[in-house]
Amino acid sequence: MVLVAVVVANGGGLLVKFSSRSLVRLVSALLVLLAASVAVRAQGQAQGQVGAEGQAQNQVEAQAQAQAQAQVEAQAQGQAEAQQGEPVRIGFIDPLSGPFASIGTSALLLLEFSADYLFNSRGGILGGRAIEIVPFDNQQSPTETQLQFRRAVNEGLHFIFQGNSSAVANALGAAVTRHNRRNPGEEVVHLNYAAVDPALTEENCSFWHFRFDAHAVMKLEVLTDFIASSESVKSVYIIGQDYSFGHVVAQTSERLLGEKRPDIAIVGNELHPIGQVKDFTPYVTKIVASGADAIITGNFGADMVALARSVIDAGLDIPIYTFYAAYDGITATLGADGKDRIYLVHSDSGNPFSTEERRQFHLAFKAAHPDRDVTQPRLMNALSMLVKAMEESGGTDPYEVALALEDMRFSTLRGEQIWMRGSDHQLMQALHILVMTDENIEFDADNSGFGLYAEHVVPAAQTVLETGCEMKRPRR
Amino acid sequence: MPEILVFATLNGLVTGLLLFMLASGLTVIFSMMGVLNFAHASFYMLGAYFAYSISLWFGYWTGLIVAPLLVGALGALVERYGLRRVHQQGHVAELVFTFGLAFLIEEAVQFFWGPETRNYQAPELLDFPLFTLFGQEFSAYRGFMLAISMSIFLGLYHTLTRSRVGLVIQAAITHPQMTAQLGHNVPLIFTMVFGVGTALAGLAGVIAGPVLTTFPGMALGLGSIVFVIVVIGGLGSLQGALLASLLIGLLQSYAIAADVGVPDLLAMLGVEFPGDHPLDDLWTLHLAQVAPVLPFLLLVLVLVFRPKGLLGKRE
Repeated sequence: MVLVAVVVANGGGLLVKFSSRSLVRLVSALLVLLAASVAVRAQGQAQGQVGAEGQAQNQVEAQAQAQAQAQVEAQAQGQAEAQQGEPVRIGFIDPLSGPFASIGTSALLLLEFSADYLFNSRGGILGGRAIEIVPFDNQQSPTETQLQFRRAVNEGLHFIFQGNSSAVANALGAAVTRHNRRNPGEEVVHLNYAAVDPALTEENCSFWHFRFDAHAVMKLEVLTDFIASSESVKSVYIIGQDYSFGHVVAQTSERLLGEKRPDIAIVGNELHPIGQVKDFTPYVTKIVASGADAIITGNFGADMVALARSVIDAGLDIPIYTFYAAYDGITATLGADGKDRIYLVHSDSGNPFSTEERRQFHLAFKAAHPDRDVTQPRLMNALSMLVKAMEESGGTDPYEVALALEDMRFSTLRGEQIWMRGSDHQLMQALHILVMTDENIEFDADNSGFGLYAEHVVPAAQTVLETGCEMKRPRR
Repeated sequence: MPEILVFATLNGLVTGLLLFMLASGLTVIFSMMGVLNFAHASFYMLGAYFAYSISLWFGYWTGLIVAPLLVGALGALVERYGLRRVHQQGHVAELVFTFGLAFLIEEAVQFFWGPETRNYQAPELLDFPLFTLFGQEFSAYRGFMLAISMSIFLGLYHTLTRSRVGLVIQAAITHPQMTAQLGHNVPLIFTMVFGVGTALAGLAGVIAGPVLTTFPGMALGLGSIVFVIVVIGGLGSLQGALLASLLIGLLQSYAIAADVGVPDLLAMLGVEFPGDHPLDDLWTLHLAQVAPVLPFLLLVLVLVFRPKGLLGKRE
């Protein structure tokens, strides 16, 4: 951070007054930066050896301290039932600071709560061992993810949850595959609970990657079926973020709608820079001018709220079909304006809740975190399936656990049978079209009175798509 | 097509004038103290969050008045007890100080208000369409934003050029030593200007928060755009800042609205490329996709051909 500041400061000095002295400073700052990056790389290669490098040593010490402190705290909390043996430590790499922190923080809270509620408070796993979630903050940057992955490996973690951003998932997937090839016996399993770029289970598929959300094309099949069944829709405008997932949504929606309803006109297919647009009104002007009856978008976070706000502001009264337009302040911010016009294609069933167990889980979560929501219930499925695989394989050996996860069938809290397909490690589960409303809502979002109601359900068997995955299976 | 042109212009004006409220404070601070305030956009975010919290208890209009005053007071304190001490270490120390401050404010906002989007709404009084043109509504709140930022420009311009305070400030910008010799308290003027500048940024946040959503990333990227405006407009020139803000606002708005790109250009030239070309991304690029880069392109052009900025007076 200081280095960056020095470089920027020198750059600033250069702009204010171009002198030979500031040039010398800039060059020296660049040299320091170069030296630092070499040091960081060397540290990465050292892989946890407490080397002579002072920086590395400090970091290791700090980690050890934090680890010891966390253990002391866990014991102080008195999870007495689950204290036999070492805790099973599971990593979590997602944004916990920066512009996407809200999504990552919600997921972390839910994962930690699931571990405590489902397992630690009921005697732990593997004969009394507790689950400990170890969070790492990657600020949703692929580069930072590589560093955090090295930290996780140095801490001896073998199971890593990650979900936000397909760009990050692709980077982490590549890092995991490389690490596992070089370190047989010390492999890492990548548990992807939210990144939906199909490539992760298609051309980039890996034995060590498991996806617990339906990928974008599966979701779009369901969404376009739903749109195609609506007679009133004659033209559609597609808008999305300019990166891998946005591209997939744009191309696939156009292709699928063309197959299912050739009479629907695609009146716009727009990509905008991710996280850069402050005001979407110029885009909405184009949407209005195009005369579209519906909007499809894969936007998330601030890009989603800002887009919906601009559509509402312009008085454009057409449905918006989305992937992520709920929770983390989005539902509350849209409020009554979003009623009956914001649709989500989602793996969760929303309201009504089908079983009493699921209801109890929700109530317990809200009691622990009144200001938060159960945003991604598939996290508890992912954790439960991981635990089941550990129990079946009788330990935490990554290879054995991955084998047990393959082709696993699991019954969720919602009473649904889900299946982890062995050929590409893609989970098969029911998909839902949810609508934002305040009617028949038992559990709302953002404590706003508005929540998600399941308007249309597609059972797991009907969401299955062929896969082009040619998985390289490791040999033991 | 005419409807797109009309609304693109309106959108460009709203964005441009909002940017001006940030740039006006920054340009005066920059030219006066020679320090580039990296935390300027963070004060914009603070304005939105303060106003949100105040609006929960006392309504929107109280927030509109009180939040900028709070932000301005905070800015003045930062100048008096932070920047002024760091000033003795030279410009580099000042830059690093404001750079660190920007991070500090962002983390503080996440600490106090949490990482999720805050439900900060426009007042009900302004919750109606001002007019409807070609089937698209222009909300009264956007009209209100235009009115506020226009009156800020007029008020600032009048103060700086017609009032006694303005004359002293202008003198302090160009000849700080001489102004001090004449018996004016230049450090006090610095503190006041810094306070007013940050208050303006806060006001921009207050009125932009409900439309552009209030979340911890709202200042992200804004700081560099405002810096670009200050350089393009010319250091210390209020008219230059206005001109550059409107230029950038309209440029981005028109670029998004224009449905042209490289494919059209190629078609005009009669050139065609196969779809699986390795540079396919380049051939299919549209103007709308590069809209956010345009201000920086403009910055480079201005620095090359007119280093003192459009209306700047000194190199």
